[in-house]
Amino acid sequence: MSAVRGAEDRHGSAAAARAMEGVGGHVGAPHEMDTILDVRDLVKHFHVTTGFFGSATAIVRAVDGVSFSIRRGETLGLVGESGCGKTTTGRCILQLEKPTSGQVIFEGQDLTKLDVAELRRVRRKIQVIFQDPYSSLNPRMTVGQIVAEPMAVHGIVPEARRRHDRVRELLSRVGLLPQHANRYPHELSGGQRQRVGIARALAMEPSLIVCDEPVSALDVSIQAQIINLLEDLQSEFGLTYLFVAHDLAVVRHISDRVAVMYLGKIVEIADRQTVYEDPRHPYTRALLSAVPIPDPVLEESRERVVLRGEVPSPLNPPSGCVFHPRCPIAVDRCRGEVPPLRTLGPAHEAACHLA
Amino acid sequence: MAMNPTVEHAAEIERPAPRSGVRSAIVDFCRRRTLGALGAAVIVLMLTVATFAEFLAPYDPVANNFGAMLSAPSRGHWLGTDSFGRDVLSRLIYGSRTALMVGFGASVLGATLGAILGVGGAYFAGKIDLVLQRIMDIFLSFPLIILALALVAILGNTIPNLIIAIMIPMIPRCALVIRSSALSIREMPYVDAARAAGFSHARIIMRHMLPNVMAPYLIMLTAFLGQAILLEASLSFLGLGVQEPLAAWGLMLRGAAVEFAETAPWLAIFPGLAISLAVFAFNLFGDSLRDALDPRLRTQ
Repeated sequence: MSAVRGAEDRHGSAAAARAMEGVGGHVGAPHEMDTILDVRDLVKHFHVTTGFFGSATAIVRAVDGVSFSIRRGETLGLVGESGCGKTTTGRCILQLEKPTSGQVIFEGQDLTKLDVAELRRVRRKIQVIFQDPYSSLNPRMTVGQIVAEPMAVHGIVPEARRRHDRVRELLSRVGLLPQHANRYPHELSGGQRQRVGIARALAMEPSLIVCDEPVSALDVSIQAQIINLLEDLQSEFGLTYLFVAHDLAVVRHISDRVAVMYLGKIVEIADRQTVYEDPRHPYTRALLSAVPIPDPVLEESRERVVLRGEVPSPLNPPSGCVFHPRCPIAVDRCRGEVPPLRTLGPAHEAACHLA
Repeated sequence: MAMNPTVEHAAEIERPAPRSGVRSAIVDFCRRRTLGALGAAVIVLMLTVATFAEFLAPYDPVANNFGAMLSAPSRGHWLGTDSFGRDVLSRLIYGSRTALMVGFGASVLGATLGAILGVGGAYFAGKIDLVLQRIMDIFLSFPLIILALALVAILGNTIPNLIIAIMIPMIPRCALVIRSSALSIREMPYVDAARAAGFSHARIIMRHMLPNVMAPYLIMLTAFLGQAILLEASLSFLGLGVQEPLAAWGLMLRGAAVEFAETAPWLAIFPGLAISLAVFAFNLFGDSLRDALDPRLRTQ
């Protein structure tokens, strides 16, 4: 754990340094509350047809009223089980999915209201790193073409010769060799491909990067390298990350703040320390108690909150608090009344009647 | 492919984009898919003959020789002459030019337009896709030959019109197949990445989706080549295709060939053989190409 602590310190001071110099071209001394992204009451429902003739439609409430904001230069970790809507939230922010309702306000602009041309310009500023390094690169393009394309299209580096140099510079920056530019994705390993994905995102000179489980498809040893790379790049370019993941250790390592999702809703959001050391929502507690401790003696005495049952279907979420059927401390009130996110402390909110 | 340690090593060191694979792929194709390679050989032969028709044909394909009408195959006329005394071999050789021109023109255009419509439909999805699909369904409800016949009747029978008439019925057939594979490409993260990068629809379709449906495209293309040649021959046979005195295989089968089928069978046999051989070759090659490009069927 000590290695992680050390990294946290380094990370923390880097964040402080960024706050001092003012990042992303905002020289006018942005203070702590400079919000880069504000998600307000985001809802994404998918309509699925059921029944023999596809006549009956049902609604999957993938994201059901999610609100949070991210400050410039910080990393917000978004954790939850598979199917809880964390990836869909990321895709709605990227405008890859059209939200059913709600606002995604990026640098003061509501992305859901922009027309195609305006959106195209803003897209440059919000980039994405995908989970699967094997399918996130076009197999018919060389690494060089993949990284150069956004620079050409957006006129970031208009001259072909300079672009050629810039591609090699970026590849070196993410830990690849300049010669890799001539390779095709299938000739690279998973970790190398993920680096190409990062270089492609960096080529756009973004300010926000949505990392959609960027390391969960990689070997553990490679995971650490990629995480370190992401942290280095963050301090170097003043990037802001929305880090979507299900791996609690990884999220704890990289995040400044953490939001926990369950069945399309945020159940708890706080700074990292608070979430991991003083979780208030019973779901967060259960989630954290599932993390094994890498010490056989401590592991023996570890207390586990084992949840009963399965995650309910988002097709038909439970009434009241969506967590109540599995909650170890649920009372009658939880069945009828939806708990709002309540402020429990400085920058600590949880959606539980009993927290 | 045999393990080659030097190549394995070179992968880790600097090297240009791979090229060496092409030759070994061709050798592999010939060894593994003999019938397909045979088809390819016939296609290459046809291409050569069509290209060098002027040098290969022993006679002018339109020159009448009334002294040698309907003469049987002989040393002077290897495949005999027709009712105007024209050399059948020369007409076959020039006919391959017509067949390939119409065949390639129609199938390349048809498959390409079909691919663009199919990928476009898959990419835009929703209403655009729905409308495109229904239009395709309307075209699909006509048999190939009937639609081509109607189009030639409307457009008139010059070679460019013939190409258009044969191409149009092919578009929906190709669009259908390409669309289904484009639908899966549409869900690939690299297409999401391209959308997130703010690329235009045209760029995403042309650069990121079309190259990845190359395999079904090539298969449809070769399959249609045979069909297009057959269709051209059929149209010519029905009198709505290439017009006399131009040399075309279908044309050689009609008129005098029917009249003199018993006394001069070579008039019908040789063009018929040429058509069969060409269609057979393209189909064999297309089938093998499909197998070779399908990674699930690739052994080892």
